Amino acid sequence: MDSNESAARAFEPYEIQMGPQHPATHGVLKLDLELDGETVIGCKPTVGFLHRGVEKLSENLTYAQTLPLTDRLDYIASMANNVVYSNAVETLLGIEVPERAKFIRTMVMEMARITGHLLWLATHALDIGAMTVFLYCFREREQLLDLFEEVCGARLTTSYTCIGGVRQDVTGHFLETLHKFTEEFPSRVREYETLIDQNRIWLKRTQGVGIVSAEDAVSLGLTGPSLRASGVDYDVRKHLPFDAYSEVEFEVPIGKRGDVYDRYRCRMEELLQSNGIIRQCIEKLPPGPIKADDAPDLVMPLSKKCVLADATLTSGVIKLVEDRKHYMEGDVYVSGECPKGELGFYFVSDGKGRPYRMHIRSPSYIHIGALPFLCKGQMVADVIAIIGSLDVVLGECDR
Amino acid sequence: MEPLEIAELLKQRFPGQVIEIKEFRDQVGVLLKKGQILDICRWLHDDSRLQFNHLADLCGVDYLGKRDCRFEVVYNLYSIPLRHWIRLRAQVPEEDCKIDSVTSIWMGANWHERECYDLFGIEFIGHPDLKRILLPEGWEGHPLRKDYPLDGGGKNWSGYEEIRNKTKDLRQYDFYGNYPDPTKVNELKDVEGKDG
Repeated sequence: MDSNESAARAFEPYEIQMGPQHPATHGVLKLDLELDGETVIGCKPTVGFLHRGVEKLSENLTYAQTLPLTDRLDYIASMANNVVYSNAVETLLGIEVPERAKFIRTMVMEMARITGHLLWLATHALDIGAMTVFLYCFREREQLLDLFEEVCGARLTTSYTCIGGVRQDVTGHFLETLHKFTEEFPSRVREYETLIDQNRIWLKRTQGVGIVSAEDAVSLGLTGPSLRASGVDYDVRKHLPFDAYSEVEFEVPIGKRGDVYDRYRCRMEELLQSNGIIRQCIEKLPPGPIKADDAPDLVMPLSKKCVLADATLTSGVIKLVEDRKHYMEGDVYVSGECPKGELGFYFVSDGKGRPYRMHIRSPSYIHIGALPFLCKGQMVADVIAIIGSLDVVLGECDR
Repeated sequence: MEPLEIAELLKQRFPGQVIEIKEFRDQVGVLLKKGQILDICRWLHDDSRLQFNHLADLCGVDYLGKRDCRFEVVYNLYSIPLRHWIRLRAQVPEEDCKIDSVTSIWMGANWHERECYDLFGIEFIGHPDLKRILLPEGWEGHPLRKDYPLDGGGKNWSGYEEIRNKTKDLRQYDFYGNYPDPTKVNELKDVEGKDG
């Protein structure tokens, strides 16, 4: 081999395919990496393996029937999806939710945030090589999932909210158990921190890796903790408060450098803030109804039950759903702060009982779209850390 | 700034581009012609009074049989420093199913536009990598169009046969790559019998 040929070969990029069955891609995500030695010079994500056509399906379902589909978006924290979806439909239909339901929703949404962040911490640490954290995180996550089961009957696919409120009231036992959990939880967070915060390997793997500047982060459309770690103060809960977020006090943790470590710190702080919000919700929980009286749903509103008792049940249900006067032509975009970032629903209504068009702005989709930018120039081992730090769920990405 | 004020400003700055300003549930949508969409977005992004730096959402809508202009591309914009919203709806007719890409303004528009191209077939001029994203390459049709049947029209995806044949081939090998796998001979016959 002459010298020219060997020089040409030295710069030939090496292509490697990561996924779709890779444990660190958190689902079925395929990355086509182009490497120069161990440095990533190109990264092409392929998504869509879990595409179920939720948007197309929803055009053929009523608003209430679409709600269970939102469980399957971000299946790690499905409560949060339920809440944002219900909020969006209520804005479209102009329904006001009772005060008690607002507080309950805020409470379950923060519980969902804790479960989501705990699973993120567990798997992120596992990816980087810290096995023990995984077991610690799941211990607390299980407690919250048991509480979800108590309040709505399901641990993961909750469908707890309904349009106009929540399906069931919380019990005294639920609130007591939750209160006990919130008393213990801060010490648990400190436990996780002792495991990894001083860990030299952890710091080396995360600090200065995957840096994204504030300007780029906004331009890329990053939201949630991934954006706030870069120093941008954008939290939907503060900017456009929904439910009872305007009535509780909490801080939004902001990072500085925008690397993997700052994204980790932001989420750890958020765990404690969420814990505080839950405690406030328990204290301030007002008495009263849990569902708006004029809410359309599969379960009849109380005031309509007597009217419908005369008609046959099936025709009554369809009539109630289709003939409501508050289905009006128009479009709304409503977003909420989910554990992963800003989850938004854009509805176009043509005045009928089904959405004419529903679009889901899913944070994971945008975050994976930002991967090529973030991975460029990084080592191949850091790609794992970067994917973990963005906290993506492929069910939400592919919809 | 109030959304209606922003809409009025937009109307003054780009006369003739704004078709309609509509308010619904306290949200303001501006219906636009698609011609100067890139200039309008750049102005909204760069003007110091507006600073729309966050592209919250971009999607397409199909108004088949409802409106004269079949498609609309919807931009939901938010300004993080100034905390105000506006929604732009750009008309895209079916005969000329193209619109300028806004990836040069917001990098995050890249995947939004690919999704819109994939599911609606709207072409984005100037997009760096316009190809299907949620559906595989070689898929026929654009599923979120209103004339696309919910069950997909009963046709299989063209890549399906290829994948099925490949798995059939691979089944002949045993775990260590030996060909043919003696334990699988009968099983193979069964599979072929079922498929044929």
